[in-house]
Amino acid sequence: MRNLAPVLVILTVIVGIWYAAVTPMNIRMALDQADRAGFNVVPDDARGRRDVSVWVLLANNQQHIGSTFDLERSRLPTPTQVGRELWKGTGEMALRGRALSKRSLIYHGWITLQSTFWGFLLGVTVGILGAVMIVYSRVAELSLMPWAIMSQTIPIVALAPMIIVLSSQLGIEGRGVPKAIISSYLCFFPVLVGMTKGLRSPNISQLDLLMTYNATGLQAFLKLRLPASIPFLFTSLKVGIAAALVGTIVGELPSGAINGLGARILIGDQFGTPLAIWSALLAAAIIAGVLVTLLDLLQKVTLYRMGIRA
Amino acid sequence: MNWLVFSLIILLGGLTINVGLARSPWHGASFVRVAIPLVFGITLITLWEGLVRAFDVSPVILPAPTAVAYAFAHSLDILIIDFRQTVLKGALSGFFIGTVVAIGTAIAIDRWSFLTRGLLPIGNFVAALPIVGIAPILVNWFGFDWQSKAAVVVVMVYFPILVNTVQGLRATDVMQRDLMQTYAAGYLQTLIKLRLPAAMPFLFNGLKIATTLALIGAIVAEYFGSPTRGMGFRISTGVGVLAIDLVWAEIAVAAFSGSLFYGTMALIERRVTFWHPSQRK
Repeated sequence: MRNLAPVLVILTVIVGIWYAAVTPMNIRMALDQADRAGFNVVPDDARGRRDVSVWVLLANNQQHIGSTFDLERSRLPTPTQVGRELWKGTGEMALRGRALSKRSLIYHGWITLQSTFWGFLLGVTVGILGAVMIVYSRVAELSLMPWAIMSQTIPIVALAPMIIVLSSQLGIEGRGVPKAIISSYLCFFPVLVGMTKGLRSPNISQLDLLMTYNATGLQAFLKLRLPASIPFLFTSLKVGIAAALVGTIVGELPSGAINGLGARILIGDQFGTPLAIWSALLAAAIIAGVLVTLLDLLQKVTLYRMGIRA
Repeated sequence: MNWLVFSLIILLGGLTINVGLARSPWHGASFVRVAIPLVFGITLITLWEGLVRAFDVSPVILPAPTAVAYAFAHSLDILIIDFRQTVLKGALSGFFIGTVVAIGTAIAIDRWSFLTRGLLPIGNFVAALPIVGIAPILVNWFGFDWQSKAAVVVVMVYFPILVNTVQGLRATDVMQRDLMQTYAAGYLQTLIKLRLPAAMPFLFNGLKIATTLALIGAIVAEYFGSPTRGMGFRISTGVGVLAIDLVWAEIAVAAFSGSLFYGTMALIERRVTFWHPSQRK
């Protein structure tokens, strides 16, 4: 909470810069519209305006500055416009009892959230299994680890359309599966690295102690290595869930998805409705924030229960 | 059937070699550390080839590695044009601008601990956001050519580098700063001789994350409009016209440039932060 005031100040500055940028970004469009509506604009034809810099336009047309904040298809909408659009797609629809209609962002957010969840689950499973293999087998460590690192330097977006084509050719219906695969591809790596570190975190004397207790390998794993890795696990889960969300949205971007926040961005681009893009982005940001916060709370509770003070 | 047997033999053979190497007395030697992942990779690719031939998979679904290599060799000119457009113009220029701006912001903001405390949580949060989504907006602002791709890359790499640099600049301890004070070093001298070098391990951490993000940003931005060249353009149109072997060749180029970019950064890191514990042998 010590950081609350500085965070608020920085946020205010960012929003301030945003508002300040709206007028110069939108003035040309606002003047075009005002001109068409028959208002007096300097210079009074489109070609003349194109040759004049934004600042000159601003200085000469001060009576039209207000309209830059309220354009339907502005290049840069104001935060208020984005917030209103988001409310129109979520709260207002919910109040009218149509929260799950295909036009509401709640529906699209839910689709994205589902894929993120399955991708996260798959990625975490692969990551943990890989970490266990790496910790217990030298062959696995030497052969898997370099490729796991390599896999993250390969831009997944290049593979994403291929994964979608492949899975549709293999007869997998719907886009849930390829999206989940793409998002697990991004999410397994932090888990793999974190769990490897965590499973290796018990020191020799602790392992020796279990040896003197005549503990089996499985017991050593369950009673020492696994509990010791939990703090590492949660740290990487938080990175992983954010990566999974990015993966899902990237999976929704290329080639014709209709449902999901990524598809809203794509459709907003194709139909020239920037507000749809911005509100989908804001919704994605809110989902990311909520997911990371939930995991953070879960981490605090779990570690407290286990007697580890983070 | 023959190809299936062949694949099985390759799989078992590769695994046997690796197990043998890992258990051999030279398992710590550097050539074994390179050889094992190499054998693993070659095994996988040969297995891919064998399985594609064994089950007669249509090249439209999954081309064999040899088919990809053939496409690679025969469309080298296209691949080079795309590489130049996406990697050199889009990703690298954006990466460079983003890095400079982020480091500049970090140094500027670092003088006020109030701002730093506010910026770190926000930066960490933004770094977790799906920023790729702004690609269509920036393509709309900056046009179809590489400028818009570079802009997407700038936004994507900015926050990870900023957060890491800010953290790095705070990495010096009181004792070291006191020492600089006793030398009567000014702000600039302390910054250049103590705090920037101390920040380097953090900075490179951010730079390495940013290399991957840069390529992702440059490719995604091309899905939203580009001139008729570029890796993202080729991939999205290639999928459309079922030129899947060319798409895989592009993926190979993307994988290669991604690894090269990351590797170069890791190499520079080793040179610059040779003194750091993680780099010592």
